Amino acid sequence: MLVATIIKKSVEQGIPLLFGSTGEILTEKSGNLNLGIPGIMYVGGSAGILGAYLYENAVATPNPLLCVLIPLIASLIGSTLLALIYSFLTITLRANQNVTGLALTTFGVGFGDFFGGSLTKIFGNGGTLSVKLSSDYFKTPLPFAKSLGWFGEIFFSYGFLAYVAIIVALISAFVLKRTRVGLHLRAVGENPATADAAGISVTKYKYLATCIGGAIAGLGGLYFIMDYTGGAWTNGGFGDRGWLAIALVIFALWRPNIGILGSIVFGGLYIAYSYISGLSRSAIAIFNMLPYVVTILILVLTSVRNKKETQPPEHLGLPYFREER
Amino acid sequence: MTTNNNIHIHEPIIQVSKRDDMIWYKSWIVRAIAIILAMIVCGIVTVLLTGLDPISVYVSMFEGNFGTERRLWAMLKELALLLCVSLAVTPAFKMKFWNIGAEGQTLAGALACSACMILLSNIVPSYLLIPIMLVASVAAGLIWAIVPAYFKAKFNTNETLFTLMMNYIAMQLVSFCIVFWENPKNSNTVGVINPDSMLGWLPSIGGQKYAMCVIVVALLTVIMYIYLRYSKQGYEISVVGESQNTARYVGINVKKVIIRTMAISGALCGLAGFLIVSGVDHSITTASAGGMGFTAIMVSWLAKFNPVVMVLTSFLIVFLECGAGQIATAFDLNQSVADILTGIILFAIIGSEFFINYKIKFHKKNKEA
Repeated sequence: MLVATIIKKSVEQGIPLLFGSTGEILTEKSGNLNLGIPGIMYVGGSAGILGAYLYENAVATPNPLLCVLIPLIASLIGSTLLALIYSFLTITLRANQNVTGLALTTFGVGFGDFFGGSLTKIFGNGGTLSVKLSSDYFKTPLPFAKSLGWFGEIFFSYGFLAYVAIIVALISAFVLKRTRVGLHLRAVGENPATADAAGISVTKYKYLATCIGGAIAGLGGLYFIMDYTGGAWTNGGFGDRGWLAIALVIFALWRPNIGILGSIVFGGLYIAYSYISGLSRSAIAIFNMLPYVVTILILVLTSVRNKKETQPPEHLGLPYFREER
Repeated sequence: MTTNNNIHIHEPIIQVSKRDDMIWYKSWIVRAIAIILAMIVCGIVTVLLTGLDPISVYVSMFEGNFGTERRLWAMLKELALLLCVSLAVTPAFKMKFWNIGAEGQTLAGALACSACMILLSNIVPSYLLIPIMLVASVAAGLIWAIVPAYFKAKFNTNETLFTLMMNYIAMQLVSFCIVFWENPKNSNTVGVINPDSMLGWLPSIGGQKYAMCVIVVALLTVIMYIYLRYSKQGYEISVVGESQNTARYVGINVKKVIIRTMAISGALCGLAGFLIVSGVDHSITTASAGGMGFTAIMVSWLAKFNPVVMVLTSFLIVFLECGAGQIATAFDLNQSVADILTGIILFAIIGSEFFINYKIKFHKKNKEA
């Protein structure tokens, strides 16, 4: 059924964006505008495929559980480390967030392309990097997907990381909106001086939010490489998805639950052209422009309306230094 | 029980306080140490990755930049272009307007420039073509910058996010136009424009085709230095950057300054786009700006927004890129080494700023605790 296929394809395109935007929302809620997210997602993906490759080549009969766990852990470690670099530079050393973030993206994309591109050369046997075996475990859909027809295709046909993305987004939304921790985190992002005065540890919240956010965003890269592309690395294959994830943050008005719908919409826009017959290549370019145009419109509209709930965190992008008031 | 005693000691072990202006040469020593440390780390990383000895790596880096006359000019060209974009973003940054859309503004300029080259080459007289291209490029860059600036001034729309999105709109616009201009058909690339007639190409000076670019950017560096340092407008930019409230209090029209400064910023990005198309590539792709818009932000910031120092910082980045490119070809590796090395060096310099701006005092732990 065509509609079911389109929805499935949109969701598959949307999942990396959803991971990225959920991670960035958590980060931005603490007042850190992490422009290193594209780099972190790259590293998340390449560290995962690195882990899978080394494991697959180290043992004769890879264990299915380890095939999933090793890339997952490698990805989490890689992306968290990058987020930690960002946190250390911007929070402890109070460096400029934009510059640090962009440097992180340069570094991360370089790291990803270098290891993804020359891994097989470094470890000997040459050829393109592919981890089909591990990737198949990542792609395994829920067991009852086939028997439910279109319903199964829309809801159950994805690899487990897709469900993780949605669950993580829902949990983040809940934590931000309904818990004390979320309240504190938002306070840190809105006005760190006030939060500090209220006894909230600004440094701790910023570090944790940025690192957890980075780890979540990295999973987007992992999903893309292990599930979506089937475990084969191409340099630059990830494209502008990292920046699109940052656009999605604005589109979702800094709410991870809206991000779930937003990611499917963005994913749909990403692939829509292939389902409209007779589109010229020029029209495809216009289609690819749409997510960014829509994001700008939302950014402008929300700033014109100037309602507190739909604005970026007040202290977004600014460093906090207690003695400097 | 010891924990109980500790509670009474309120003195932190490390105390950080803001430093008054460090003497300039001391701050440069700190930065130099950071760069040297980073170079050592880079050396270790390259050796670990490639198993080569570090000396030969550095030698080939040098060769990549200065090895032959052709490489030297290629390096100068890269330097000029990066410096041009860096100069362009500087006035906006000095005003604390986080324009991260230089990539898009440059691309818009490049697009307008190539549009003129393709559409007007055989219509307007050849002596008019280059001036028209220049004006179109500058105007396109200006428009790309002034839209976010207007919304920032009027509605306080977040400029970082707005300018970021504008980059990708420019990119898609380029791929839209490529469809119409592609040559040969269905190649999805524009190819070299006017390869035979060389209409709209910047003339070469003394046989060096990049000399014009280098001269233009050198002039621009001096002009920008004077503009920021000695002009009234430059002063206004500094005041708005330091504190918008102060600026309002002394009667500066903040909105006007924001829009005017971004217009300058965008116009110069457009000029960079013109230089890329007319002076260097004679073609256009979605990667014509090549990430320079983002690198320029770091270059400008590292130079503390000083146009003259920017020559050095952009040289540092270009040196790494050209050098790493040479390593990549010489040792059959992947070009991305450059990005990794650049990243490491940037982290080191970014981190070193802390020791320039802040004083750290260590307190000895109280023994009786």
